[in-house]
Amino acid sequence: METTAVRRRLTWQVAAVTSIARETPSVVTIELQPPDWPGHRAGQHLDVRLTAEDGYSAERSYSIASAPGEPPAITVERLENGEVSPYLTGELRAGDQLELRGPIGGYFVWEPANDSPLMLIAGGSGVVPLRSMLRHRLRTGSDVPARLLYSSRTLPDVIYRGELDHYGDGARVIYTLTRSQPPGWTGYAGRVNAATLAQTAWPASQRPLAFVCGPTRFVETVAQNLIALGYPPDRVKTERFGGT
Amino acid sequence: MSPVSRGFRGRSRVPAEEEDRIPPGQHLTNDFPVLSAGPTPHTPLPEWTFSITQGGDTLKSWTWPQMQALPAETIAADIHCVTRWSKLGTQWRGVSVDTLLDQVAAEAPYVLAFCDGGYTTNLPTEDVTGGKAWVAFGYEGAPLEPEHGGPARLLVPHLYFWKSAKWVRGLELRDHDAPGFWETYGYHMYGDPWKQQRYAGD
Repeated sequence: METTAVRRRLTWQVAAVTSIARETPSVVTIELQPPDWPGHRAGQHLDVRLTAEDGYSAERSYSIASAPGEPPAITVERLENGEVSPYLTGELRAGDQLELRGPIGGYFVWEPANDSPLMLIAGGSGVVPLRSMLRHRLRTGSDVPARLLYSSRTLPDVIYRGELDHYGDGARVIYTLTRSQPPGWTGYAGRVNAATLAQTAWPASQRPLAFVCGPTRFVETVAQNLIALGYPPDRVKTERFGGT
Repeated sequence: MSPVSRGFRGRSRVPAEEEDRIPPGQHLTNDFPVLSAGPTPHTPLPEWTFSITQGGDTLKSWTWPQMQALPAETIAADIHCVTRWSKLGTQWRGVSVDTLLDQVAAEAPYVLAFCDGGYTTNLPTEDVTGGKAWVAFGYEGAPLEPEHGGPARLLVPHLYFWKSAKWVRGLELRDHDAPGFWETYGYHMYGDPWKQQRYAGD
């Protein structure tokens, strides 16, 4: 286990929203400019706080979508019954202020110094921290071989598609679409299962390092299947969101 | 002073009768989110033990049937996760940590809970004694599911829920406090939800 201590005090600060880009009909990426950002690592998250006029406030955590060295950005999916995500995806505009603190977390983090083959597995918006890792890999000129297996409902639900299609041979992106596939689709269809992983994941003999992020059910299934393929549990880092 | 978020009114205000049960910065959830740093371990019950250790020695150890034979309690608790969800009125079944510590002669000011999968978390002994903590193996009338920490997890509901270590296998008695897993990554050493002690320095 790494013992990188993070002992800097995390204070709230008011960031400027510099841009909002729509990724899919229900997902946006919000780029932020905080006055005092210490830099982040690939895979970390930050906390956001919204405050209503009557003083009521709501806080949530979001994975950081940008690479280390870039301004912090978050990618947010609108949850129909959510409280904060409909505001961030529908109401917030460039030029607004957004209160945040971070970066937070140090376990679900990838560093280029780790030269193990990188196996990234995402369900839905679980791709966000993994995209930070892929961008970081590219920006640092790392030659660590990387694969991203990315499960989405439909092709229009794929986040960062334009970017992911251009990572080149060193970082292969493999899609699976669970709900419907367009005519001529050559990627996988259906949920990630033991067979999909056996065909796409680095063999355990290559000592890969896996990061798995997505809804709870997805992460549970993928993690158990990776272990069945011989991945040691401490080489499978997970981040789950949502209920069971 | 936080700036007003233009156009934000908030939606899920807490009902008045529950308001004083929700710590600051938390919101209610009705489902039971799962947050774990790695795969869910599945230790077969015949191999399961719960141990109290000190300085590398095992002072006392219980097998699964021995743990089940101890007097168990039903616990109703509000639980609060550092990721900001709170869940009210959860029902647990478990053995009080008092019952376990009463069976060892040693004492120490701190404990480090240790678990399958290598997870650890640190707590002051006074926070796991006096009817404040349990080794829980039942949830809402059924065995505790593996993804929620089964077969048994620590239950310390007055602290943020990462202190309620999943897949717990024992307590190490310690003379000095030492950070556990999340505490090493910048989370608070104590974790009082009413003081919003989420991260180091809070």
